[in-house]
Amino acid sequence: MQKFNIEKQAIAGTLESSDLQIIIDKNDGKGIEIELKSSVENQYGRRIREVLRSTLANLGVDDAKLTVVDKGALDCTIIARTIAVVHRAADATKKIDWEGLESWNV
Amino acid sequence: MMFVPASNAGMLRDAYIYGADSIMFDLEDSISLKEKDTSRFLVYQAVKTIDYGNTETVVRINGLDMGGVDDVHAMVRAGIQVIRLPKTETAQDVLDTEAVIEEAERQCGREIGSTKMMAAIEGPVGVLNALSIAKSSKRLIGIALGAEDYVTSMKTKRYPERNSDEIFFARSMIVHAARAVGIAALDTVFSDVNDSDTLRKETEFIRQLGFDGKSVINPRQIPIVNSVFTPTEKEIKNAIDIMHAIEDAEAKGSGVIALNGKMIDKPIVERALRTLALAEAAGVYKKGE
Amino acid sequence: MARNQAGREIPGKYADQFGTFEGQFARRHEYKRASGEVISVHPSESKLLGSIREAIEKTGLKDGMTVSFHHHFREGDEVLNMVMAEIAAMGIKNLTLASSSIANVHEPIIEHIKNGVITNITSSGLRDKVGAAISHGIMENPVVIRSHGGRARAIETGEIHIDVAFLGAPSSDDYGNSNGSHGKATCGSLGYAKIDAEYADKVVIITDNLVPYPNTPVSIPQNHVDYVVQVNSIGDPDGIAKGATRITTNPKDLLIAENACKIITASPYYKEGFSFQAGTGGSTLAVARYLAEAMRKDEIKASFALGGLTGHMCEMLEEGLIEKVIDTQSFDRGAIESMKNNENHYEISASFYANPGNKGAAVNKLDIVVLSALEIDTDFNVNVMTGSDGIIRGASGGHSDTAAGSKLSLILTPLIRGRIPTIVENVNTIITPGESVDVVVTEIGIAINPKRQDLIEAFKNLPVAQYTIEELQKKAYAVVGVPDPIVYDEKVVALIEYRDGSLIDVVRKVRD
Repeated sequence: MQKFNIEKQAIAGTLESSDLQIIIDKNDGKGIEIELKSSVENQYGRRIREVLRSTLANLGVDDAKLTVVDKGALDCTIIARTIAVVHRAADATKKIDWEGLESWNV
Repeated sequence: MMFVPASNAGMLRDAYIYGADSIMFDLEDSISLKEKDTSRFLVYQAVKTIDYGNTETVVRINGLDMGGVDDVHAMVRAGIQVIRLPKTETAQDVLDTEAVIEEAERQCGREIGSTKMMAAIEGPVGVLNALSIAKSSKRLIGIALGAEDYVTSMKTKRYPERNSDEIFFARSMIVHAARAVGIAALDTVFSDVNDSDTLRKETEFIRQLGFDGKSVINPRQIPIVNSVFTPTEKEIKNAIDIMHAIEDAEAKGSGVIALNGKMIDKPIVERALRTLALAEAAGVYKKGE
Repeated sequence: MARNQAGREIPGKYADQFGTFEGQFARRHEYKRASGEVISVHPSESKLLGSIREAIEKTGLKDGMTVSFHHHFREGDEVLNMVMAEIAAMGIKNLTLASSSIANVHEPIIEHIKNGVITNITSSGLRDKVGAAISHGIMENPVVIRSHGGRARAIETGEIHIDVAFLGAPSSDDYGNSNGSHGKATCGSLGYAKIDAEYADKVVIITDNLVPYPNTPVSIPQNHVDYVVQVNSIGDPDGIAKGATRITTNPKDLLIAENACKIITASPYYKEGFSFQAGTGGSTLAVARYLAEAMRKDEIKASFALGGLTGHMCEMLEEGLIEKVIDTQSFDRGAIESMKNNENHYEISASFYANPGNKGAAVNKLDIVVLSALEIDTDFNVNVMTGSDGIIRGASGGHSDTAAGSKLSLILTPLIRGRIPTIVENVNTIITPGESVDVVVTEIGIAINPKRQDLIEAFKNLPVAQYTIEELQKKAYAVVGVPDPIVYDEKVVALIEYRDGSLIDVVRKVRD
């Protein structure tokens, strides 16, 4: 299974409509904490948190603090931004393990 | 072919509704260096998930030494239909990329050869090598002209108001190479979104030269390009008449066929068939009508 | 609790008071018209007063009364805030505000509600801040939302009794003859104000442009006016009317408009002498441009256009594509100029426009209307009132009136806005019942109401993709995911009165 360690703070995404911006930080030993501000909190807040958590789980990230601003991003955008920010935080952008990603990303 | 920058999450979703025949997600020139990695993941996930219907999906990758290898691996796995190479100079450029594509197909179990390619020619070396580039790979479905970089290398600039003579030779080389090999020839983008008249004139000209289509950068340009490439009612009627004349002659067993005092020979028949095929593709003609 | 014909639960207390919705034409109204009090004016007496305060005093406004305003000044209005501030300063309380609609600029109303100055509201709409405050439950009594036609009906039957109408007028003489087409801050038609002037007990004209007697044209006649007050400014001209409403360049909206035009031209109603009403922005206005092109090509002229009018429609009038324009509200400078200068541009009252309780309103004669929606459900019910988050932010307007009256109603909407599906299983609030809606038009295709077999037949070969409404809804949900339903509390914050006076839905307080 893939395993990413959050080494440093990283950011991915924009504040444009249909996008979301994620700032990820170390959170050693304290699990996953998500602070979410969404333009569609009532209707999709629960779903957004679900997608964030499951993507982090698939990437083998156990501890991380996420600050997320969402402007109506679809699930695929949430997943893409999460993968991107984790790679940046884990300094893994130079050598990407596509097989690893594909193993869970159907 | 409509250009869509890969960094724009909103555009990735909506691109297919505008009636373009293909959408080209750009990972290259429209994306800043800082955002190459995030944009790649964005398009990767989008193409995996979103249903683009009948629209062909294309991605313009970076040069192989500038992130293109990861671009290929991502997009082959995502299911992209065509990979477009930027700044193709030689046949070897095509082969080098094809090797990476094949490796990715093998690794992820995608049918070898199912990922097609397009080569964008954007400089004098590429223009002069157009034929060998066009012949280089069975995956190549078309070649395109990228005029902005080309004119810069040629130490000139674009003059759309002067009928773009500065790119005439490049256009000619590309359309000849494409026809010699039997693949598509695509013309360069027209950057002034508000100038519909010049866009129409330019599109009519490249159609006259024999190009198959044109790249666009804004949905508003699509109806104009489509209307130039869609056969007119008169052209369609003429083509139907020609086909009827052929059928009549065959029924009568006569060897030479004439319509309205003009002899109809093979090239004319081929053009008529092409007109009807284009018309059918544009949805303005149904066989049997 | 009573369940009405649209399937909505109406609390017993309100169901008894208003009756429940049983169908768009379930009620036929038979009544004697209500009327306003009159105190005659002698030749030597002046109607001119020195201040708003003096007007309030002279009208005898007391606690518990009903005051009204029109909304022709839209976001540029200064009259409502000016008058309410004075009323509050005078210590008057417990009023019913019967404004024809409430804009964002009327935010001070929130304070008046908190201070007990206003304890009841009836309006067509509640925009952003005021709507949100009411959705969060700041009022004891629910707001009664009425369509333009419904408000006129309620006034004419006496269900709404206006004690004092404060009517802003771009021009007036010292006796109260007013119009909206001349002055510093013009608004064109005074259609909503006309009815208040006719039925209120006391009518106060507030103008920033006092002109010599007799002021013509006369939209509000002197014999209905009690007092006239001159002020520095009735509103911001640019907030009242934009220079020109721009046709959208958004490719998605244009695609929707194109699809809508194809439907209109393929319908049995598109022929010489047809009539239509377009919207005032986005795709609902862009349709007018495509329709004009088609009308030129087919050499078809419309007998009239109804509105809600913009300059674009008035250009079609100028060009001769439309014979006459009947106008209850003019939205931009082009429309205002047209009303002033073109004799075929005719001003009508809200009652003439859409009242289902009178002897036949203009909407009854309308062939085609193009409308928008916040949400539409699989029964074709339309919501233009509450957002997908359940918060009040829109207006009933003429939506249910025109949809019911017209022969062909088209609802134009993108399939999704951002991450919000517009085609849903159940709308948050029903303003217009599904039986009034004929075709839903999105950028990916259309859905025809199965009740209209005649249209399904007529549009068989239309070059636009056709789906069932359920298919459109599923497509929308497939892209964005299934939204969680909004959680409401028990408290009712707004009653949605259908144009005939029955209750078609209620809005509850959003849970904090």
